[in-house]
Amino acid sequence: MRILVCIKRVPAPGAKINLTPDAQAIDATNLGFTISPHEECAVEEAVRQAEQHAGSVTVLTLGPPEAEEQLRSALAVGADEAVLMPTDSVAWDPMATARALTAGIAELEVDGQFDLILFGNESADSGGYQVGIRVAHALGRPMVNGIKGVTISDGVASARRETATSNEVFELPLPAVLGIKEGINLPRYPTLKGRMSAKKKDVVRSVPEHRPGGPHLIRLVTPAQQATATVILGTGPDAARGLVDVLEETGIL
Amino acid sequence: MSVYVLVEHDRGDVEPTSLEALTFARSRGVVTAVLVGHGADRAAAGLGDYGAAAVTIATNDLLADYGPDAWADALRQIIEADGATEVLASGTDRGNEVMAQLAARLDLPMVANVLEIGESGEVLRLQWGGSLHEQASTPGPVLLYTLSPHTVEATGGAGAEAVLVERPVDLDATALVTMIKDRVTTAEGITLATAPIVVSGGRGMGSAEAFDMLEELAALVGGKVGCSRVVTNNGWRNHRDQVGQTGTVVAPDVYLACGISGAIQHWVGMMNAKTVIAINTDKDAPMVTKADYAIVADLHEVVPAIIEEIKQRHG
Repeated sequence: MRILVCIKRVPAPGAKINLTPDAQAIDATNLGFTISPHEECAVEEAVRQAEQHAGSVTVLTLGPPEAEEQLRSALAVGADEAVLMPTDSVAWDPMATARALTAGIAELEVDGQFDLILFGNESADSGGYQVGIRVAHALGRPMVNGIKGVTISDGVASARRETATSNEVFELPLPAVLGIKEGINLPRYPTLKGRMSAKKKDVVRSVPEHRPGGPHLIRLVTPAQQATATVILGTGPDAARGLVDVLEETGIL
Repeated sequence: MSVYVLVEHDRGDVEPTSLEALTFARSRGVVTAVLVGHGADRAAAGLGDYGAAAVTIATNDLLADYGPDAWADALRQIIEADGATEVLASGTDRGNEVMAQLAARLDLPMVANVLEIGESGEVLRLQWGGSLHEQASTPGPVLLYTLSPHTVEATGGAGAEAVLVERPVDLDATALVTMIKDRVTTAEGITLATAPIVVSGGRGMGSAEAFDMLEELAALVGGKVGCSRVVTNNGWRNHRDQVGQTGTVVAPDVYLACGISGAIQHWVGMMNAKTVIAINTDKDAPMVTKADYAIVADLHEVVPAIIEEIKQRHG
């Protein structure tokens, strides 16, 4: 079974996000980078499925050349191959990203179709909720987002999506595309051996064609913080009385 | 201008944030609510009060349950036939999914989680789950977007009786592939997303067992237990309980944060709570400085004291 996981390099922000002076991007000077959380789980899921079904995992990313770091992180936890579609500094909107990924996947499928393509439910930074869906549609494959459980047997992916009160079950014949949500698994940490072998692997490069669609970023804006004057109810168990007063005032009790 | 709103429902039960989308759409033009699938007729009742001038129900015997392709195909046929120029849904799992499928079919931009639309048509939308906003322009003949949940309050009283029309739609077999095949009920009654109070624990809880006292407290106040990402990563709670950008977004009357430092990824998941109360040993933790009320003390001493106090007053 061949599995592809599409990942995105995103900054790992702390308590506050700072912007570049032109407000076109996050000021990442002092920030580390990571794989978007849902996609980290998608990589783990792909590796587990490949282990179970004697398959292989390819990771693909469209991003700056530095995104090689995230590809190597995926290789270190068990992915077999990595492909980088390097971008320059221009902004890539969701339609442009989906078009380039679709073309990139078609190129990779010359060697044979991927039975399963995994995306994250949404990226941590731009959160457009659409790239995976657009790619699936362009490839003519079924896609369901928000997946927190997958079982594959007899060429069918049985996928589970959680609502507040139930699990919804979808059954997609392969080849299929799934949007994975955090919580589907707890991603493993890379072993030293994994890191070492990831360093030695080749990362294939494929330069994408940039065909913009939309929406177009005008600027990023830091939301106005409501200034709160925190009322300190106390510094010990005695403060429980004040807290219960608040619960009564708010009508909870 | 005519605005089309996909009103989400689950076998007839209307998604509450779809009513927010209707409320928002009222400020954009004449509103048509679109419902798809089995049970839609029950869901249609009362939408006029939230501002729908017309309610269109897409009908086909094959629309037995939710499916992103089936819903998007049905919605596409209706908005194309009517020449709609603005279509929105609430930014829920289903709303974002159907609008993205619709946008893929039309090869048009889709803007997820919009907060505002300016006079010249530029949108303000969420990035980073709401820790950052993005101003963007959207080219194209039809504006497709989802409205960020809890951005506007759903207000009824528009008073109108909506004109109800049933419209048959065509579906081919491929649209049925992604339809829900089965479901398993996992919870009854109030949920994390609908609880009036969420009693939430973070790293400061220290163990899975410590959550027993939060369960006891939540039961006493009619709420649900939530947690931060650290807690699920440590395996103390199921991810279903996680509040935040990659978990559940909640907007309860009261959010009681116990031992949660308040990283932005957590904050954006509960920032719409009406009242935030923090219990933390660190007076400088973001959760404490942003809270309405705080107790700067060890939660392991304070939470049992709260339980005791409630039992005394209300036992």
